[in-house]
Amino acid sequence: MALAKRIIPCLDCDKGRVVKGVKFEDIRDAGDPVEISRRYSDAGADEITFLDITASSEGRETTVQTVEAIAGQVFIPLTVGGGIRTLEDIRTMLNAGADKVSINTAAVVNPEFVREAAARFGSQCIVVAVDAKKVSEAGEPGRWEIFTHGGRKPTGLDAIEWVKRMVSYGAGEILLTSMDRDGTKIGFDLALNRAVSDAVDVPVIASGGVGELQHLVDGVLEGGADAVLAASIFHFGEYTIPQAKQYMAEHGIEMRL
Amino acid sequence: MNNVAVIDYGMGNLHSVSKAMESLGDDVRVEITSDASRILAADRIIFPGVGAIRDCMAEIRRLGVDDIVSQALAASKPVLAICVGMQALMESSEENGHVECLGLLPGTVKRFGGETGNGVLLDVDGKRLKVPHMGWNQVQQRQAHPLWQGIEDNSRFYFVHSYFVAPTDASLCAATTDYGHTFASALSKGSLFAVQFHPEKSQHSGLQLLRNFLAWDGRA
Repeated sequence: MALAKRIIPCLDCDKGRVVKGVKFEDIRDAGDPVEISRRYSDAGADEITFLDITASSEGRETTVQTVEAIAGQVFIPLTVGGGIRTLEDIRTMLNAGADKVSINTAAVVNPEFVREAAARFGSQCIVVAVDAKKVSEAGEPGRWEIFTHGGRKPTGLDAIEWVKRMVSYGAGEILLTSMDRDGTKIGFDLALNRAVSDAVDVPVIASGGVGELQHLVDGVLEGGADAVLAASIFHFGEYTIPQAKQYMAEHGIEMRL
Repeated sequence: MNNVAVIDYGMGNLHSVSKAMESLGDDVRVEITSDASRILAADRIIFPGVGAIRDCMAEIRRLGVDDIVSQALAASKPVLAICVGMQALMESSEENGHVECLGLLPGTVKRFGGETGNGVLLDVDGKRLKVPHMGWNQVQQRQAHPLWQGIEDNSRFYFVHSYFVAPTDASLCAATTDYGHTFASALSKGSLFAVQFHPEKSQHSGLQLLRNFLAWDGRA
């Protein structure tokens, strides 16, 4: 009898198409986010995160329509991130059917935005996404810095202080990505995960570096994650969501099976 | 035609619950509205809610939603309250300092971890639990009810909340859930059914509960 840990597949979308590529056996149109979201939901995904990487305003319109289409067919929580900069952006996405929005760069540029967003829409729908990179030397206590613009732009902000501040401003959840591990398939930065999870009361989603199922287990048991987010291991069919859930359950983690 | 009114008092995402209802049949017509006459003309009513209770209550009172819900219940019309909608039915809430609520159900709304004095919620092993309570947790059915039909006991539903209801009349409790301690995750009184979780986000079990609501005549 306990709250289950969550598995969250992440879809990176550009102009309404999934761009990282997805390999399912019998889907011809592999890039349709609605179809893919439904597949993941049917397979037992606990939530879906939709990351909009579209830059143009026409593309944003398509994104809103895509969110509407997903929300009309997939009845599990949906988080939308990417380019959320104003209260109006949040209103638009929630009206389209998103349950939560993920705020990254806009929070760094204007931290008060998070406070306003939480006050207006409630902490339950405000996720602050954090891209952190290790800056401590070997042998030193762990220290991580926040980066923006896909990890290219340092901010000088200490990751642990930053997440504490964001939670005090009303963030209801932290989506934590290790820039050092993203795309490496060598596992989460567990020390970073543990430090962040211990620093805040709100749930922490671990992201970046998953290559095998044991990494998901480690993220929860060692990193203290409340949820694990992964893209490529599911997209390319290396593992299915039921396999991942079963594996985690066999390692003593409470899951929704 | 099965007409469902979703009460719109300007808070949160009403799209999810209306879409979920619409997916359940071609004969289901959902209207999102704050118009009292339209709400009361519907066959059944959904009273949703997300966000902070103070803002919710202000809008509920401004639009006269309290009268609408009272009238619907007096007429034995099925009403499903969800999340903050459920909390708004209680007498008062600890959230935002202290907020007077509708008082349609006896009891109050408390914060997870509030009882420890330092705001920290602990599990039975003394491990700190995260607040909000966010994710899929088990719902133990405490009474037979038409809304539980076809749903296995202890099924998981999606929750996201930092406050929970504490009814003073235990006979109202239709389900409980464990998070640090046992709390009421569903309440039932006459034609009113109230849930703390989000059926519209709880996949098969949630859709089954909404399906049951659509078929319910308002008698427990």
